[in-house]
Amino acid sequence: MRNFKRPVAIVASASFETPSEPSRNEVELLLPVIHDALGQVGLTQQDIGFTVSGSSDYLQGFPFAFVGALDAVGAWPPIRESHLEMDGAFALAEAVAVLQHGHVDTALVYAFARPSRGDLDRTLSIQLDPYSVAPLWPDARGLAGLQAQAMRDSGRFDSVPEVPPTHVADGCTAVVLAVGDRARELTKTPVWITGIDHRIEAPALGVRDLATSVSTRLAAESAGATDVDAAYLHVLYPHQELLLRDALGLNGQPVHSSAGPMMVGGLERIAAAAKAVAAGDARRAVAHATSGPCLQQNLVAVLDATAVLEGAAA
Amino acid sequence: MSADVVDEAVPPVTVIECPTRLDFSYTPGVAQSRFLRALERGEITGQRCPKCKKVYVPPRGACSMCGVATEEELVLSGKGTITTFCTTQIPSPGLVPPYVTAWIRLDGSDITSMFLIQECDPAEVRLGMRVEAVWVEEADRKADLGNISYFRPIDEPDAEYETYKDYV
Ligand SMILES: [Zn+2]
Repeated sequence: MRNFKRPVAIVASASFETPSEPSRNEVELLLPVIHDALGQVGLTQQDIGFTVSGSSDYLQGFPFAFVGALDAVGAWPPIRESHLEMDGAFALAEAVAVLQHGHVDTALVYAFARPSRGDLDRTLSIQLDPYSVAPLWPDARGLAGLQAQAMRDSGRFDSVPEVPPTHVADGCTAVVLAVGDRARELTKTPVWITGIDHRIEAPALGVRDLATSVSTRLAAESAGATDVDAAYLHVLYPHQELLLRDALGLNGQPVHSSAGPMMVGGLERIAAAAKAVAAGDARRAVAHATSGPCLQQNLVAVLDATAVLEGAAA
Repeated sequence: MSADVVDEAVPPVTVIECPTRLDFSYTPGVAQSRFLRALERGEITGQRCPKCKKVYVPPRGACSMCGVATEEELVLSGKGTITTFCTTQIPSPGLVPPYVTAWIRLDGSDITSMFLIQECDPAEVRLGMRVEAVWVEEADRKADLGNISYFRPIDEPDAEYETYKDYV
């Protein structure tokens, strides 16, 4: 998806990350971050046309935790809202699609998680095939280790880094989107999402070539991720950066990688890329987000200081 | 050859066992921690929304309607009005039927909370009935809603319908 009929821009964002939040709950973490993002462009929740979030109740150990998180936005009078049990970057993709419909001009996207309250490696196991894989309880770091070894065995990489412990952090990110002239009204430096797409690979690890990231390459092609001068990559384990650099065809551009809090890190990378473009540190950046074991699903967004001509849909 | 294999009736597997256990430590949050600490002292506290002025019990740290942080804390009297109730006729652990569960609007709060009603004939329970909290012995109190054993009627006239009609 690229060259949208209704150009969408990131007009504000805010993030918070800490290794382990001791006392505040998810709503208390989110409130100041959402208020910060909305406040940067002088909006309140009632000015927002569509609200969408990414999180996982499994990380909180609390059913329908994502509904409780709505306390942080104030859903009265009732709002248009949606939720994904995925990284917030995928929620942002939904918001971009909704903004194409023409009914709303603004969107709030947020993501939150406090995986420090549980055992993240073990919790992630239950996203695997429940019959033949999950009962073996392969932990997330172990699967990443299989991928790193597959890369070594492929002979395509000079050296593949060891797999460190899974990054555990708590935090949240909020991003405000606006369309066309509305975005220009809200900020002097809208950062345009000129392309965004995501692709998923087969869930069975054994049928995938773990030493490449085809889904990232296809998403990047669809999003038009060429001619970029910076990359913001969602990298859960260092070896995955090698696969992503290959899949995105990066060649010497500065690469800013981080894992971030689970379910938040991808949206945070998009927000970080937008901040760099807004600040003039990059003209056109690619941002990436991943979800699932061993880079199973990948999202690629292209952020540009200049909007593609309105109406020039491709 | 393979057709023979497919034709052969293999009994379908209908059950597999995959025990799953995940442990979490629950974080009530700053606002609910304050509420639970107050319960430990034998007090029910609420927090007022700075925007719409609604008082939340238990406080959630945020106003669900306005999406803003609630900071002003109030200590409530522990008395309230029954706004809705039901009488249960089947046994439940620790409870002898018939017993009454009621939504109670605590005086000074703008949200109802669910409690048991005891020390009265279930047939006597009605909307508008005035009730008060009965606490466990001081020595047994913890940072826990279980500190309130139940609510019981008090010798006050029923509340006027107008005062609780929005909570029924
Ligand atoms: Zn309020």
